Amino acid sequence: MTIQTPKPTKPWRATPKAMIPNVVASLIVIVGTWVLIEYTGMSGKLGAFASASLIAIVSLSIVAGIQRGGQAAKNSAIGTLVAIGALTAMLPVVSILGTVFVRGVRGIYVGFFTNDMSLASVNDPLDKGGILHAIIGTLLLIFFAMLISVPLGILTALYLTEIKGPGSRLIRFLVQAMSGVPSIVAGLFIYSAFISGTGRGFSGFMGSLALAILMLPTVARTAEEVLLLIPADLREAGLALGATQWRTVAMVVVPAAKSGLITAVILGVARIAGETAPLLFTTGGGDTVNGNPFDGVMGSVPFAIWKALIAGSEESNARAWASIFILLVIVLALFFSARRLGKRRA
Amino acid sequence: MTMTDNRAGAAIPEPREITTQPRRSDQVFRTVVFLGGLSSLVILSAIALFLGVRGFEIITREGLKFITGYEWYSSINADGLSGDQPSVYGIGAMLIGTIITALIAVAIGVPIAVATALFLNFYAPNFLKGFLVSVIDLMAAFPSILFGLWGLNVLMPSAEYWAKLLHKYLDFVPLFDVSAPVFTRSPFVAGVVLAIMIIPIVTSVAREVFSQTPLDRIQAAYALGATKWSMIRAVVLPFGSSGVVGGAMLGLGRAMGETVAVFTVLNIVFQANFQILLGAGGNVASMIILKFGEASAEEIKALMAAGLILFLLTLLVNMIADLIVNRSGRKGR
Repeated sequence: MTIQTPKPTKPWRATPKAMIPNVVASLIVIVGTWVLIEYTGMSGKLGAFASASLIAIVSLSIVAGIQRGGQAAKNSAIGTLVAIGALTAMLPVVSILGTVFVRGVRGIYVGFFTNDMSLASVNDPLDKGGILHAIIGTLLLIFFAMLISVPLGILTALYLTEIKGPGSRLIRFLVQAMSGVPSIVAGLFIYSAFISGTGRGFSGFMGSLALAILMLPTVARTAEEVLLLIPADLREAGLALGATQWRTVAMVVVPAAKSGLITAVILGVARIAGETAPLLFTTGGGDTVNGNPFDGVMGSVPFAIWKALIAGSEESNARAWASIFILLVIVLALFFSARRLGKRRA
Repeated sequence: MTMTDNRAGAAIPEPREITTQPRRSDQVFRTVVFLGGLSSLVILSAIALFLGVRGFEIITREGLKFITGYEWYSSINADGLSGDQPSVYGIGAMLIGTIITALIAVAIGVPIAVATALFLNFYAPNFLKGFLVSVIDLMAAFPSILFGLWGLNVLMPSAEYWAKLLHKYLDFVPLFDVSAPVFTRSPFVAGVVLAIMIIPIVTSVAREVFSQTPLDRIQAAYALGATKWSMIRAVVLPFGSSGVVGGAMLGLGRAMGETVAVFTVLNIVFQANFQILLGAGGNVASMIILKFGEASAEEIKALMAAGLILFLLTLLVNMIADLIVNRSGRKGR
């Protein structure tokens, strides 16, 4: 007597026969794209992308229609369209990261980090001058902007979550509206309030003030979200032990939300690290290393890129790409550290 | 009869009112937090006040023509040399340019953002979802000067090609007609760059709203035999439509205030240009940067006035957008 063991099957896998329509559809996409590019005005990478998308939508929906009827055809067409929309949103990111990396790396050498532009002009070849002054300037600008906006932002968030006083809704609304203030307006405001007509010149601190205006809503909104996640039990436990509200917030709530608050600060810094427009009205954009934020023009990485960009020569363009590579590395580092911290919290 | 009564010599505490008078330390704490919480109100008022005071002279002198006028001419330049004509300041052309570029951005960016949000919420497999969200968030963190440099060097050639294609096949539409064959640095290119810049914010608002769709209604639609698309059309889109409108307006506000990216890719010309493919246009923010460098004291006042108009315009758009978005979150249909 032989025992017949049934052969293991995987009924959920598509059989080769069921795959035929998909294979046919992909073939149609490839051939159709080639035909469109060859015989119509479409050309280039984007043209290929557009024609492939068009044909994919049509052919996939026809296949679905033959198999399962009109509703399925519509469903398939929209599904493909949505996926292509998401893919389209990814294209610029890939292109930007790729271009910045390819063009930026060419201009990077050691001297780029140790020289300033006092003895070079933006139109010099890249082996002259560097962005030391700009890196120092950007760090100082960010530091002083943090000094102003982090306390104010966290106090705003505490007001919205801990005190919940009158006007909470108004303030939440204003903070949201403030996050949409154009960056150039922040710069113009600082110029009109503290520089124009006062006899004071451009300085790094003025730039920090303008950046602080832009950073404040980001810090306040993120910090508010984080503080809302702290369970009310913790607050009540603190109060029940006889602590005042001040002690509860300082010893219980803020320590519990610490990593989230740091994320808020990092996101705020990432928001302002690349801001250019407000600095044009406030810092003056110096070419030499200036360690004093309260006196004299101060350079910064975005301003250095700006100067290279408007010069418009071959060399200055290369310089702009190299500088923006550095700026992007800074922004990416901030972005990923904020994400890591955020993940650990959740 | 209670324990305290039996204990010898124990003082019976006086009955007292329980008050909620906070301690001194709490009073100080609450005051400090309240003052900090006021910062946004103070800053927003100060911006309006200072720009208003500095620009007051020009706005009253030019009157309504400041907004409707197309001419911007300063008779005194930065060196104090006086020209022969009186100064005229009007930002009408730039306001039109601001609105045109922002509308192009919304027209291109919002459909892509909504598709991305739908894909993330209802189509994307889990392993892809986290990655795509990261990429979109990363896009929001890119500095605007990066978009400008990329737009000028990389996007411009492709956008020019598409503009020519649009012109070739659709030039009977007045919007796509051009009076001179100059396709670079046009409002269309600026609009495409702005569209890319507003995709993250519109996507995140739309995603938020879509994810609040009640699950029971989604499942009810499926139970009635709906395909994914008919479920989305019958349940998700009606539920999230006002949120999407609010998100689009937030994007519009961002696009109107964008400065450096627009200045980099757009050829700024003082005329009202409705031919979006023609290489001439402008927006208020980029005009301010263009004129600021060599402006006389009087012209700077005019720029402050222009900044005030831009500030009020974007503030208005943002506030309406926030109201719409907030209301859509609360509304249960």
